[in-house]
Amino acid sequence: MARKIRVLVAKAGLDGHDRGAKVVASAMRDAGFEVIYTGLHQTPEMIVQAAVQEDVDAVALSILSGAHMTLFPRVLELMRAAGIGDVLLTGGGIIPKEDMAALRRMGVGDLFGPGTTTTAIIDYIRGATRGDTAAAGAAGQKPARSGPAKAGSAR
Amino acid sequence: MANAARTETRTEPRKRETSRAPAPDSAALSGAENGATPAPLFETLSGIPVKPVYLPEDVKPGLDERLGEPGKFPFTRGLHPEMYRKRLWTMRQFAGFGSAEHTNQRFHYLLAQGMTGLSTAFDMPTLMGYDADHAMSFGEVGREGVAISSLEDMEILFRGIPLDQVTTSMTINAPAVVLLAMYVAVAEKQGIPPEKLGGTVQADMLKEFIAQKEWICPPRPSVKICVDMIEWCAKHMPKWNSISISGYHIREAGATAVQELAFTIADGIGYVEECVKRGMDVDEFAPRLSFFWDVHNDFFEEIAKFRAGRRIWAKLMRDRFGAKNPRSWQLRTHAQTAGVSLTAQQPLNNVARVAIQALAAVLGGTQSLHTNSMDETLALPTEEAATVALRTQQIIAYETGVPNVVDPFAGSYFLESLTDRVEEEAMAYIRRIDEMGGIIHAVERGYPQKEIADSAYRFQMQVEEGRRVIVGVNRFGGEEEISIPVLKIDPEIERRQIERVRAVRQRRDAARWEQAMKDLRDACRTDKNLVPYVLDAVRAYATLGEISDLFREAFGVYREPAVF
Repeated sequence: MARKIRVLVAKAGLDGHDRGAKVVASAMRDAGFEVIYTGLHQTPEMIVQAAVQEDVDAVALSILSGAHMTLFPRVLELMRAAGIGDVLLTGGGIIPKEDMAALRRMGVGDLFGPGTTTTAIIDYIRGATRGDTAAAGAAGQKPARSGPAKAGSAR
Repeated sequence: MANAARTETRTEPRKRETSRAPAPDSAALSGAENGATPAPLFETLSGIPVKPVYLPEDVKPGLDERLGEPGKFPFTRGLHPEMYRKRLWTMRQFAGFGSAEHTNQRFHYLLAQGMTGLSTAFDMPTLMGYDADHAMSFGEVGREGVAISSLEDMEILFRGIPLDQVTTSMTINAPAVVLLAMYVAVAEKQGIPPEKLGGTVQADMLKEFIAQKEWICPPRPSVKICVDMIEWCAKHMPKWNSISISGYHIREAGATAVQELAFTIADGIGYVEECVKRGMDVDEFAPRLSFFWDVHNDFFEEIAKFRAGRRIWAKLMRDRFGAKNPRSWQLRTHAQTAGVSLTAQQPLNNVARVAIQALAAVLGGTQSLHTNSMDETLALPTEEAATVALRTQQIIAYETGVPNVVDPFAGSYFLESLTDRVEEEAMAYIRRIDEMGGIIHAVERGYPQKEIADSAYRFQMQVEEGRRVIVGVNRFGGEEEISIPVLKIDPEIERRQIERVRAVRQRRDAARWEQAMKDLRDACRTDKNLVPYVLDAVRAYATLGEISDLFREAFGVYREPAVF
């Protein structure tokens, strides 16, 4: 079997809303990913350092505080500086659509808002980290019908 | 709209996020690849099974005793004999964004619209004890609430509002002692003594470690400072609620109604025990303890939760803690509709959700209520959305006839049976926490945190399997673009707030500040009640961040173990 997909789930800044991050982390684990969760109140520097140390395939940043236009670009910049600019930076939270588009133009991956299924997120990361951009794009646009094993079935 | 033209709060139409919305086609999400619709769940949101019909035998004997009369022990039917006929609940809309000036304008607007109590939302740096110019505040100033760094901001926040004529709730926890002191200091400047001030400071640190996750120091010193406030307010602020023991955040983080009730009451027990350990008489402080419930979609279960909560607390206070004053037995509560139940998809639907939840809170006998705005899954509310939310309460109060009769569901076979069941299940949790050595131990072990995360995950999976329906999300989705205005926070606010706090540090009386800070630092090394020292520090314009830094230095910084 191929190496498991390794994802760093991170909470940046002062935001304490961790319900979504934990649910997504649990679903990814049940879908067979290796998940590293940073815990709360991380600086962009701490997150990128963890991403390098853990040799992850993707960084998934959860931001519900409205500070996404500050924190995503900073994490991206630091990832590039640390030589892991090719690692997927994705995430979710309360992020207006126009901000998602602006962040995508900077090089951030797809971002996910309220109401997204964990399956959609898992499919997207699976597609994007395998360099299968077509699949990644499709998964990002619409949740796949035949996703991986139901994320919840293992519990 | 009075303030709609402000540049800092310009409203912009924005499109519904169809690309991120789970599939409009319900089959994709209903787990129904085989074409079958999943079986409906005949159970409450807490997982309590519900029967098709309830009969007299579903109500256990002894109902009269469990109910009591309205206004009498065990207060199942409500705290007052006539409830809303005599006095409606307080309509208290949570507001705060941008700078103190902006929020002050919103307060004036809401008061003019008939709101009867103020409720302040603070931004993340304020909640975490950082001044606007701290590195951790970068990008977060004024975004989720109002930015308060020093007494000067607080003076602006309440400008033109006589503090003896309103009651003010402040949603602040880790640095609550600083904000309480600032409020008292602003009142002093208005010539109003603390004993005339009415309101609430949330100051419930246990639920921060359990759910909301905004802290400065570890649990034990944090609780010590909460108890300092309870003690000081009992002596100096007879009309002030020194704590709001909050289930809201616990629920929003994913707890069920039963878990919300259980963990919140367990927190309440924790505070009472700490106060008693300090030698306070329970009747000295218990009448000023207040609570805060979430009110979610499961209509009957929510009503049952309010009723069961009052009964559990009354019994605990009288029988376990020996309180003699009937006011000590009363669980007084604020309620807020469930933010987590609102959807970014089809946001206008949220108006209906909020109305139904608000009705449950009123039928449950709440003392005050915040109704969420339809746009809160997208951003902080616009003035228009906040007005609709307030109007929803006014419609319940003045058009429906609901407030005319006290506890109208009493005697319902279903509701009485459900109230009993919610009480039993919550008490089972409370006993488990007692066995762990109390809530502080349980929190340090991460027990309620884990239970909540598990419930959140279970709920999400039920939604993804289509067993729980969320209208407009996993069923009845549509492709139509619905755009509602969204409040924007001008990044310029951060820069100006940084300038202001730096100017305050330059301008203040340095000698007075230094003395007050030294006194506070020394007091932190003792068991002394810190409130008077913090009060002196804020009077000397010590900033929120400076005082919080003293706490960090004296008590350490909390780091949560990263588990999921």
